[in-house]
Amino acid sequence: MAGLSGAASIIGFAEWRPERRPTASPTPAIDQWARLAKAALDDAGVDPRIVNGIVTSSVFETEMFAPATVAEYLGIPVNFAEFVDLGGATAAGMIWRAAVAIELGIADVVVCALPASPTPPDPRGTLPRGYVGSSSDRYGSPQAEFEIPYGNLAQNAPYAQIAQRYAHEFGYDAWALAKIAADQRANANAYPPAYFHDTPLTVDDVLASPMIADPIHMLEIVMPVSGGAAVVVAGADVAARSRHRPVRITGFGERLAYKTPTYAQDLIRTPIGPAADQAFAMAGLARGDIDMVSVYDCYTITVLMTLEDAGFCEKGTGAQFVRDHDLTYRGDFPCNTHGGQLSFGQPTRAGGMSHVCDATRQIMGRAGGAQVPDCDRAFVSGNGGIMSEQVALVLEGAR
Amino acid sequence: MSTGLTPPKPLPLATDVSRPFWDGLREHRLRLQYSPSTDQWVFYPRSLAPGSLADDLEWREASGDATLYTFSIAHRPTAPPWADSLPQFLAVVELAEGPRVTTELVGVAVEEVRIGMPLTAVFDDVPGTDVTLLKFTADGSR
Repeated sequence: MAGLSGAASIIGFAEWRPERRPTASPTPAIDQWARLAKAALDDAGVDPRIVNGIVTSSVFETEMFAPATVAEYLGIPVNFAEFVDLGGATAAGMIWRAAVAIELGIADVVVCALPASPTPPDPRGTLPRGYVGSSSDRYGSPQAEFEIPYGNLAQNAPYAQIAQRYAHEFGYDAWALAKIAADQRANANAYPPAYFHDTPLTVDDVLASPMIADPIHMLEIVMPVSGGAAVVVAGADVAARSRHRPVRITGFGERLAYKTPTYAQDLIRTPIGPAADQAFAMAGLARGDIDMVSVYDCYTITVLMTLEDAGFCEKGTGAQFVRDHDLTYRGDFPCNTHGGQLSFGQPTRAGGMSHVCDATRQIMGRAGGAQVPDCDRAFVSGNGGIMSEQVALVLEGAR
Repeated sequence: MSTGLTPPKPLPLATDVSRPFWDGLREHRLRLQYSPSTDQWVFYPRSLAPGSLADDLEWREASGDATLYTFSIAHRPTAPPWADSLPQFLAVVELAEGPRVTTELVGVAVEEVRIGMPLTAVFDDVPGTDVTLLKFTADGSR
């Protein structure tokens, strides 16, 4: 495997504050894209005129030609225009693609952005949307034909199915799962932009919250918010002139094999396993070399299974691992130091980028009151669909 | 207990590829695809066998026997059409022939549902339509 040399780095980022009731006026997604890009480039101290790559996902205003629509709106011609459609793994998937483009020498500065704030209402009225809770109800889609008619919709039930199967094979320690949410809340309490910054949370609070989909409690589920995020990835020359400590992208892996968990070969050994193995092999690092992790946390069970499958503990021992370690920024295994999406909030696909930003902030030494001392190396995971498409990143601070 | 406001449940629309499956259910027979070259049963229906892309899929009658692979019991509807159909027994079953299928359990009590329980197919004719859904119930309870 040729892999990455580590020549590409994250050099700046911007993240809009998560909100339940957005305070800014609605603006088209492409406009949000431009504002986020500008803020991230300002953060890096980079002139937008040297940007020559973009990575985008779908934008509200168009069903096709999203990269060209964004490039045109930015007024920036690019050599690299990538489209990533990996749900919650989109952000992490963007970062390694940007790094690859830079290492190939086809781009010098790549902006990855995920707008997630309200767009203005269409004066002609709302367009018909897809079936509630599904990604496709179009004729011929397997989801429309074999999932929706049986009520297999949205996320809570499929994640509960995963948790039930996990419980069947390994047992289920509800207290340990709740501790994930509580530890992450302690992190959010030290990170002012987090939505739940001012709200303490105990394990008992989590266990006392309503059972939404057995065994998943309400406070083990992310809350949707508005927001948005952008990250600037650049080569060594630009990074050397940027304002912050560059965060080198030294390893990545990506794995997807199904969309609906029914068709997973093994529902509880998730794709992050092979993705993380590749990322660590590429970086030449061991799990023990990592100073903090920021792992996708749509549900607490996602964190538990990611810690196992990404190799931080043996399969089936995640609950004991969580009991044995302090997951806060003060602890021996800092995890989701921005609060995770459980406490930061989930601004749709930008929620995935919150983990990239979390790790970047720590390695840059910009995490303020939630700073992990001497943080040089981080592991980031992305998770799309129902544990069906996952991306691993290894990030290392430049010396 | 319909309130009159509950929207209708969405129904499957067969394609030319899947039609033998749905036609089979209508006749209360479980017909699945089988790939002789890989000795593999297939669900959901496709034109080529998943994995090998072998062009040898043929329709065969399956047993209707299954076990419960995993489940979630929803006490709040996963979508508005199920508001009057609670709780929903949202299940993934593993057919005796191998493939897993998304389905609902019927005729079972919340307390008796457990992973690994033996199940048998139920052909659920949707009233007022020509659609039959494939559901499952505890083996021996029919």
